[in-house]
Amino acid sequence: MLEVKHLAKSYQKDKPALTDINFKIDPGNFVAIIGPSGAGKTTILRSLNQLIKDDAGEILLDGEDIRSANKSELRKLRRQIGMIFQNYNLVERLTVLENVLHGRLGYKSTLAGVMGRYTEDEKREALDLLDKVGLSEFALQRCSELSGGQKQRVGIARALIQHPKVILCDEPIASLDLASSQVVMKMLKDLIQELNIICIANLHQIDLAKEHADQIIGIRHGKMVFNDVADKLDQAAITELYGTAVEEKEPA
Amino acid sequence: MNGSKLTAAKYLGHKRLVQSGVLLLVGLIYVVGCYLLKFDTIQGALSIPKAFSWLAINFMPTHESMSYLPQILNKLFETVLMAIASVVVAAVIAIFFAILGSKVTGINKFMQILVRGIASFFRNIPLVAWAMILLFSFKQSNFTGFLALLLMTIGFLIRAFMEIIEDEAGEAMLALKATGASYFQVIFQAVIPQIIPSLISWILYMIENNVRDATLVGILTGTGIGFIFDLYYKSFRFDAAGITVLSIIVVVIILETLSNQIRKVIL
Repeated sequence: MLEVKHLAKSYQKDKPALTDINFKIDPGNFVAIIGPSGAGKTTILRSLNQLIKDDAGEILLDGEDIRSANKSELRKLRRQIGMIFQNYNLVERLTVLENVLHGRLGYKSTLAGVMGRYTEDEKREALDLLDKVGLSEFALQRCSELSGGQKQRVGIARALIQHPKVILCDEPIASLDLASSQVVMKMLKDLIQELNIICIANLHQIDLAKEHADQIIGIRHGKMVFNDVADKLDQAAITELYGTAVEEKEPA
Repeated sequence: MNGSKLTAAKYLGHKRLVQSGVLLLVGLIYVVGCYLLKFDTIQGALSIPKAFSWLAINFMPTHESMSYLPQILNKLFETVLMAIASVVVAAVIAIFFAILGSKVTGINKFMQILVRGIASFFRNIPLVAWAMILLFSFKQSNFTGFLALLLMTIGFLIRAFMEIIEDEAGEAMLALKATGASYFQVIFQAVIPQIIPSLISWILYMIENNVRDATLVGILTGTGIGFIFDLYYKSFRFDAAGITVLSIIVVVIILETLSNQIRKVIL
């Protein structure tokens, strides 16, 4: 279970980016974080694996607070948290297989990781995962040769080989066309149910969020204004979240 | 609407006035300068073809100057090797410092400032000055030339590599950091594979550049092709000096073509 309590962060003094964020997510749940640009969605997501150091609060993954972890504890916690990015963030020069295997680095000694030495089991698992995301015939191709949707599926495989409890998706489909978006969302949803893990995705597409997510968290100006099951997100809630056109013209 | 049109016309008129003013001023400076230096423009212009025909006659390699060719090619080979050696050694040193000093991989602010300082120090002392300074300690030898090229190349490459890392490696680095990979794993598994094409491209460029520069350094340090050129030139064997210059040009063009081909393959 992932529990976030009173999470707060400000980049500049007196200009809070996040204030008092609280939520709880059970395994097997797909949670979408929605809200206008600049509301603080990415800050929440990156605080969860401490790529951004937040200011206050608690982030508990099965009772362990990632915020108070030291360097080696943080490494161990991070390997339980997979991450998927808008721009895929793959090492484009390397093969698909090598990029998937990168997900194992957190489990390896520094030297073995530096040399890129992986066990037979890890290699076999990587190939199995590539099969699962439908890319087995691309295993030995460079990532730079793949399409956007294919790259994102490599990203998913890289996250899964970590054996994560949580997968964080930072705008996973914002660079993809509609068809690829549907494939990626459906794949994520099926996988998290099958593996009983938590998935948290920042999304811009409300319709996709409602279609695939179990729970939706709405963020506006760094505050949580909605947190409920996806079906409860009605027009009134959406208006409150994004504001009307008139409201948006007013200085924030 | 009307008002802004008027001001636009006024602005453009003003700009034209300033431009004519500047042109007039430059012309005036030229005329006054010519008068003060007693420089005859027409005479000067007429002497250009004469100078070129002198060059063509004297520097034109003859049948006899071909006998110098083995010696020239020998020295040229030495110079090309020196250029390559200096760049390869500089690249190894520079990548190390660039990783320490870049904004995304750097270990701390102090190191970043230090590395930037070192890079700009090496880069901003002209090559000729490096060669002259090093001459005192290392005398006239190939090593002096190598060292002068090395120091300047390190300065250039640190700066270039840092920018490459900052531009190209950030995203993949973030992803690997998120998997729990350690610093060295991130460097070797994400940063270096990601930047290798740009790295090689810069290394190739510096090799071309250093073959040209090595010629100049050779004149000062008395080594390589630069020394041979200087020798022929000062002993009035202009035809031999001519063939030296020609062979340098040919080699540089060959190197450039070669490295363009390599770039096409790796990028």
